[in-house]
Amino acid sequence: MNRLLPLAAFLLLVVLFGYGLWWNARHDVTAVPSPLIGKPAPAFDLPQLHDPALRVTKADLLGKPYLLNVFASWCFACGDEHPVLMAEARALGLPVIGYDYKDKPADAKAWLAAHGDPYALVITDQSGDTAINFGVYGAPETFLIDADGIIRYKHIGPLTPGVIRDQLAPQLRKLGVQPAPGI
Amino acid sequence: MRTLLLALALLLTASAAQAGSAIDALPFKNVAQEQRFQHLTGQLRCLVCQNESLADSNADLAKDLRWQVFQQMQAGKTDAQIKQYLVARYSDYVLYDPPLKPSNYVLWFGPFAVLLAGAAGAALYLRRRTRADATPADSGDEDW
Repeated sequence: MNRLLPLAAFLLLVVLFGYGLWWNARHDVTAVPSPLIGKPAPAFDLPQLHDPALRVTKADLLGKPYLLNVFASWCFACGDEHPVLMAEARALGLPVIGYDYKDKPADAKAWLAAHGDPYALVITDQSGDTAINFGVYGAPETFLIDADGIIRYKHIGPLTPGVIRDQLAPQLRKLGVQPAPGI
Repeated sequence: MRTLLLALALLLTASAAQAGSAIDALPFKNVAQEQRFQHLTGQLRCLVCQNESLADSNADLAKDLRWQVFQQMQAGKTDAQIKQYLVARYSDYVLYDPPLKPSNYVLWFGPFAVLLAGAAGAALYLRRRTRADATPADSGDEDW
């Protein structure tokens, strides 16, 4: 029995470390949970990408839920996310608003022209100051904001069909938004 | 040989100075304020490079957040108020010294629990061994 004790201890460690590896592979270990979920989105007043003379404020968007997708032309992971948005943004059942983060408007426009524009509207935050109030620390990040301007859900990292189906869609249904069948 | 050593020493000091902290050339009012800034940003974690402090990181966001900290210092905010500003946006994660609360009890007490478990295991083992020594009849354990 005593001879088996080290083996048992070793197997216990194998199970423990194996679980750690399995867990890490399924979670984004660098994701920092946002303290803003369930709280009002910060106020903002930002110019539109395609017409900087027009500004968009938080108050303008109240009244119905929307998705705020933080992206940038310099952001590598945004390139992975973009085809997913192109395919699914219009099937989600709510407007997807692009939040161009610390980007040159000309670069963003060229990027959207080259890869397609899935957004109902694009606002730009060149300094990134407003993004700090949203707790943005990288791109892409996606916020679900309800009709009262409350942040209901946040996803850090690229949206994938799996994330949309398993995490975002249930949150949308809670707000009374019906995504198209197949999502 | 001596010149080689000297060159090596110079190289080391140069790289050490570079690694010291990211430099933004912020217009501090005085040395005390700069020291307070360095101390405060050294206690805050960069969200992008999560193993670096806000003081050391060259990430773009770290630069922006240092500027926020600097501006709030100029506006007369206390260290606690500035930390609260960042925690409200980025959660306790920005603090290298997180506050004690139920959601992070594991973080605070986990290591002690593991230490206690180890100590209990060792005590159990030692007690059994002294008992085994007292009765040397059983030879089954000897080739250990």
